[in-house]
Amino acid sequence: MPEHMIQLDKPRDWKSFFLQWEWLLVLIFILIHVMNSFLSPYYLNVNTFIRTPQTFLDKAFIVFPMTFIIILGSIDVSVGSTVALSSVIMAVSYNAGMPMGLAMVLCLAVSSLCGLFNGFLLARYHELSSAIVTISTMTIYRGFAYVILEDQAAGGFPGWFESFGWGSVGPVPVMSIAFIVCAGIFGMLLHRTTFGRCLYGMGHNHKACLYSGINIKKIKMIVSMLTGLMAGVTAIFLTSRMGSTRPNVATGYELEVIAMVVLGGVSTAGGKGKMIGPILAVFIVGYLSYGLGLINVSAQVLLIIIGGLLIASVLISNIRFSRKEQKKSSPALFGVEADEKT
Amino acid sequence: MRKVCVTVLAAVVIAAVLAPAMVFSAGAREEVGERHAYIFKNTGNPFGERLMDGFAEAVEEHGHQAILRAPDQPTAEGQIQIIEQLIAQNVDSIGISANDYDALSPVLRNAMNAEIAVVPSDSNVNPESRHVFVNQADPEQIGRTLIQGAYDMIGGAGQIAILSATSTATNQNLWIEWMQEELKDSRYDDVELVRIAYGDDLRDKSVAETEALLRSYPDLECIIAPTTVGIAAASLVVTDNDLIGDVHITGLGLPSEMAEYITNGACPFMYLWNPIDLGYLSGYTSMAVASGEITGAVGDTFDAGRLGSFEVVEAMDGGTEVLLGEPFMFDAENIDDWKEVY
Amino acid sequence: MLSRMRRMYQGAESFRELGLLGFIVLVSAGIQLRNPMFLTAGNINTLLVHASILSILVVGMLMVLLTRGIDLSIGSTIALSGMVCAMTVAANPGVPPILSLLQGIMIGLIIGTIIGLLVSRFNVLPIIASLGMMNIVRGLTYVVSGGRWVSAYQMPRPFLQIATGRILGVNHLIIIAVVIYLIAYYFLTYTRTGRQIYAVGSNPDAAEISGIPKKRVICLVYMIMGALAGLAGVLWVARFASAQGNTAMGYELNVIAAVVLGGVSLTGGSGKLSGVILGALLFGMLSNALPLIDVSPFWQQAIQGVVILTAVWINVVVKRRNEQQALLRREI
Repeated sequence: MPEHMIQLDKPRDWKSFFLQWEWLLVLIFILIHVMNSFLSPYYLNVNTFIRTPQTFLDKAFIVFPMTFIIILGSIDVSVGSTVALSSVIMAVSYNAGMPMGLAMVLCLAVSSLCGLFNGFLLARYHELSSAIVTISTMTIYRGFAYVILEDQAAGGFPGWFESFGWGSVGPVPVMSIAFIVCAGIFGMLLHRTTFGRCLYGMGHNHKACLYSGINIKKIKMIVSMLTGLMAGVTAIFLTSRMGSTRPNVATGYELEVIAMVVLGGVSTAGGKGKMIGPILAVFIVGYLSYGLGLINVSAQVLLIIIGGLLIASVLISNIRFSRKEQKKSSPALFGVEADEKT
Repeated sequence: MRKVCVTVLAAVVIAAVLAPAMVFSAGAREEVGERHAYIFKNTGNPFGERLMDGFAEAVEEHGHQAILRAPDQPTAEGQIQIIEQLIAQNVDSIGISANDYDALSPVLRNAMNAEIAVVPSDSNVNPESRHVFVNQADPEQIGRTLIQGAYDMIGGAGQIAILSATSTATNQNLWIEWMQEELKDSRYDDVELVRIAYGDDLRDKSVAETEALLRSYPDLECIIAPTTVGIAAASLVVTDNDLIGDVHITGLGLPSEMAEYITNGACPFMYLWNPIDLGYLSGYTSMAVASGEITGAVGDTFDAGRLGSFEVVEAMDGGTEVLLGEPFMFDAENIDDWKEVY
Repeated sequence: MLSRMRRMYQGAESFRELGLLGFIVLVSAGIQLRNPMFLTAGNINTLLVHASILSILVVGMLMVLLTRGIDLSIGSTIALSGMVCAMTVAANPGVPPILSLLQGIMIGLIIGTIIGLLVSRFNVLPIIASLGMMNIVRGLTYVVSGGRWVSAYQMPRPFLQIATGRILGVNHLIIIAVVIYLIAYYFLTYTRTGRQIYAVGSNPDAAEISGIPKKRVICLVYMIMGALAGLAGVLWVARFASAQGNTAMGYELNVIAAVVLGGVSLTGGSGKLSGVILGALLFGMLSNALPLIDVSPFWQQAIQGVVILTAVWINVVVKRRNEQQALLRREI
């Protein structure tokens, strides 16, 4: 187990173990539940814990690969458009007579291809920043979705397809099960494999990884493709929940996902963060907006609260780490890529 | 020092989470009779605000509580989340101006299964997922009236163009279909529809599209814009380019937005229904369905306060609807009476 | 030897702008073939007016990107400043336009200062600080306006004149944009602070060691960006004669795309004002020309994306080739 390699905030004793960012998230998570149950008489019941997650879990699937990407010190804003494009292609091919199962596979294939294309551009032209590449592909993918479906909506899926977004196995929704499985896979991938260690390494010191013979291009491509793949998974669940799709679905998902990952304590400077943080953040943001929704707080107040929460939480982690941070060179936004020469 | 900072900031986060609790807990927990909810397309839309005013007026006349909600962006995803929250609160009825005809279907059927009255108005959902639709005006009538208006403005012959909202807007597309239908009449042989442009309800894009229309078709005589942002943007361009009298604008728009251009003659007349009345009627319809007074079947009649009595009729899509009435014409004579109202 | 290298390096740099200019000429020629109305005096004026607000914003974004930052909040800042100024003139029609402009700039400056302090003093990453502020400011705009819009009839003539008036036949917006360019050019090229922005961007550590007040410089660029966004908010509202809560939503991405088209790298330190102007021009041209050549509205977005990606790609390829050649010659 290469645990000794690169771990910035490795727990040394029980005190620093409990001072970790993730414990603060747990605290906030509990606080939100306490607050919500005070606020609304409709909050504290079984449904809240079993059925409610499926109202916000659809975009949460992208959180996993986005964590990888941000650990790499990179970013991907094209995910929302990837969701739209793959969802549109799935619907159109089903309507053209393709069996639904095959259409779903096609959806995942298309989204993976979208991711792969991002990855290819980033690996081949390393001086391009991930922000600009994905901003352009964001426009392109969404544009293709419009080209394909124009002003139409496509839907009319078979009955069983709806069970992805609405169905449950026993009392547990299908979506939650899928989320837990993915969380397990991605958690293992990040924390228990060489691949995961490479991610931290690349995020922490790109050059060192290059010189120690890690295939940086391959890793970049794999991560981008995983992002695409998970965007496809989101597309399936989202489409299933809506029963039909349009070229403008999932607008703005990318920023929500990035916000969750960052709230989860993953540093955009790269190389830092754990998988459990973003997962907690998904539930914090989800339950916070659900609880406030139950007392009918208006959308504009919600915007302000979530924005404030984002800044305040990052401020805390920054002040905590500021000593260590000062020793590192100032964190460039997407600057890691700049130093790379392949 | 650092510890102090962290403590202070942690307090800020906790406060940010708890602040709404202090503010909203007062009214949240007391039960007041029936609760009727209305969800508009997005927040910060004056048409929607007035519509919700009317809804609240109707509901409060009967001493019930009105819950007014809107997502921060005009997406079906946002509305689905709000509907889930309303179902959890067990409201008596949900009125909605839908962002998508089909995509809200699964969640609205859940609401109906929970014995919540579903009464869309302004923008419809499919017949399986509603009790009755409150229609502001017959789409056929809107489409035909607009073409007739344009016909009068250009004196029976010439080029006209349409500037719509987004290419996916359900209402606008329906109206445009009826406009094209009306144009098939032999009376319009000399009227040429040169292009349908889409301004996406964005100011800058609508202005750019109008400018392109004027450049590409120097002989253009009339632009029909069935959307508030579009009609105001088109009138602005005509005013700025000193084309008043050469190019006429008509369509559907808010009197407040259009007062300037109706007064200066860029837009001789335009149409709209009264959003306050529309909301008021939705409120009464919601209450009638929720109380079991009507079931939403054809032939049901109910009393709608100051608007008089209404009957449920068959809708074009196979469901049922209540028709508010004729769209109202605004011109230089009456615009000053309405510009302050909505 | 050294001077020759420098000359060649400069050659490569200006080649990039030339390439972009060539690209613009090529695109315009293509559009002109499709629609002869494109290169008429009237349309060029329209195009410039259309691109002017964008080109004011790219100046600020250039500086932010030079310091390796990013600012996603400007769309919201435009909305808030535009809304507040419009509400002010609607309530007091006597307010002179110059005060409205100052009011807008002040609002933007405050927002910019908050982001600047968060980024420079508290080491919050720019993308996070501005993302958070984007939400907060947008929410504030809705709260301040109470869901209402400010419409054309509520705005006094002098206020609208800010954007529609002309001096010697040239629209005010174009003049304001040109003035801002001149000031920015002087600032970035000839003042100490301007050069410090480049220094901080290209090597933050070296800049700090050589005594440049890094934090102050970084804070300053966000303040400038905020002020320009605030100014743009007033211009936006005066231009479109309407203030609404969702004004300029997502506009920040257009601005960033235009700046990057102009050859500014998001990794800081390099980028010239001339390139950025061309980038804004190309971007403004696309939104003006695509409707003109009767492209299906459903294709417009895809085409825009492909053009941006192509421009960026060409940029990289050209730069690589130049570097290769420079290396070759050095070996000889």
